[in-house]
Amino acid sequence: MTITAPPPKSPTSSDAPLLKTTGEPLRERAFKWMLWFCLAVGLVTLVVLLTYVFIKGWSRLDSRLITDMPSSVLPETAGAQSAITGTLWLMVFTAIWSLPVGIMAAIYLEEYGDPTRWYNRVIEINLLNLAAVPSIVFGILGLAFISRGMGFGPTVLTGSLTLALLVLPVVVIASREAIRAVPQSIRAGSLALGATRWQTIYRQVLPAAVPGISTGAILALSRAIGEAAPLLMLGVSFVRFNPDGLMSSFTALPVQIYSWTTEARPEYADLAAAASVVLLVILLAMNSVAIYIRNKTQKRW
Amino acid sequence: MSESPSDLPVTDRDGAGGVSDSSHVGDAFESVITTRDLSVFYGSYQAVRDVDMEFGKNRITAMIGPSGCGKSTVLRCFNRMNDLIPGARVEGTITYHGQDIYAPDVDTIEVRRRVGMVFQKPNPFPKSIYDNIAYGPRVNGWKVDSMDDVVEEALTRAALWDEVKDKLKESALALSGGQQQRLCIARCIAVQPDIILMDEPCASLDPIATSKIEDLMRELASDYTIIIVTHNMQQAARVSDRTGFFTADVDDKGERHGRLVEMDWTKKIFTNPSDPRTEGYISGRFG
Repeated sequence: MTITAPPPKSPTSSDAPLLKTTGEPLRERAFKWMLWFCLAVGLVTLVVLLTYVFIKGWSRLDSRLITDMPSSVLPETAGAQSAITGTLWLMVFTAIWSLPVGIMAAIYLEEYGDPTRWYNRVIEINLLNLAAVPSIVFGILGLAFISRGMGFGPTVLTGSLTLALLVLPVVVIASREAIRAVPQSIRAGSLALGATRWQTIYRQVLPAAVPGISTGAILALSRAIGEAAPLLMLGVSFVRFNPDGLMSSFTALPVQIYSWTTEARPEYADLAAAASVVLLVILLAMNSVAIYIRNKTQKRW
Repeated sequence: MSESPSDLPVTDRDGAGGVSDSSHVGDAFESVITTRDLSVFYGSYQAVRDVDMEFGKNRITAMIGPSGCGKSTVLRCFNRMNDLIPGARVEGTITYHGQDIYAPDVDTIEVRRRVGMVFQKPNPFPKSIYDNIAYGPRVNGWKVDSMDDVVEEALTRAALWDEVKDKLKESALALSGGQQQRLCIARCIAVQPDIILMDEPCASLDPIATSKIEDLMRELASDYTIIIVTHNMQQAARVSDRTGFFTADVDDKGERHGRLVEMDWTKKIFTNPSDPRTEGYISGRFG
């Protein structure tokens, strides 16, 4: 029997068509440039903003900012000490109120709540909606129910409770993501050895979810300390002393910055810029910690 | 004592008696787990219907059959792992040494401790090798004289001790797939179960690791009752004493319902099955 099919054409034979030499098609390149442009819009804005704030505040970025109390009379002796300490107090107590509750709620929803039950679905939808509620609304809530209703006034307690409510949905959502990322096989393995549900959560799920939970928690807290609107709503303003307890009045960096920008004298604008740099440094430091934890503890299953 | 056909466990469709596996001639058949009219539902969907099986003490019983015929579903009933799936429901009875494991007052934790399980994909905890083994005794609150001895014994029994004795404090995730699976077996042994369930334990392993696990299973069978689900028929033929063949019926709504076709001594299933469907599957005509 003879082979009738022609021999396959060798790719090196001279009659093979030449490859196109036009490179990457124009449309592809155009699309890539468009994406770059979009990215640049965000980045450039941020860089310009940061540079502006830094230059503007440079003359006031010194130790006075940390050692001196705010003043609305003498801008040259004014600092932001009470605002910085107020922000730190807020951060600590917001964390104390929101993290245990948020993480427990996330554990319930992920590990115990049957998603086919209507009440669990209602909770879930509400949670997502709450995360999208504007912070000023939480300010109104804090003013009506915590400050006036419970009679706590514009104190650290009221401020931190309000901010805790504000970030709670974010903490729950982030913790749920982290808990859900723990493979089911780990839970099955633990349960199959005769571990109880809680032992499985406490000894396997939570340790594995800690990196995700802590990143989420830090990002939530950095959102909380950057908020001015709810605190203004609560009537937090200018004080010239550091908080000395939960029932102490206080001020916070965003509030202080806001009140300086409403002053007429230009020195206060510089002061506001300098305080913004302090706030940004705190926020960036917290976010870096979050990124560090995430990279450090990333798990491969 | 010689084994006559009447000593064999009776399955619903098998009246023909059996050919016993030569390695177990003379052993009496004592059923450790017995299912009667076992059906499993996921919501309203009936995944498995009317399974009657018996699993003999210190035997290896294999469950084979095409995908989606409910073998793993049945296996997960024996340590009540199906309880974890929302909407899963079991009908019929499963008895463990005569005791209904689905009775309302039965402690699920106790069931899972007595009936250990090894999963398809090795699932060591992201902890050290030592802590993986010690986990079971610890969560069960055992007061052991020396956890080191417990760990050594479990690893030795799982034929892993020599390979890992110098790196007990290292992460279990650094082990190879086959070692991880033997670690999971060791972890299971450390809580001193009575029965070990294996859900396709070699599905993700290479042939060498597979053969090590198979050797291990034969060794463990002297002390444990082993029930294995496998897609690999040669594996069932090599390691098991008894084999149950499952298939799936498709009803008029297009839903698949798993059922047991026949259960018998492995040798008989593979040489002279009673049901033509078993023969078809074994000889590769379907599935």
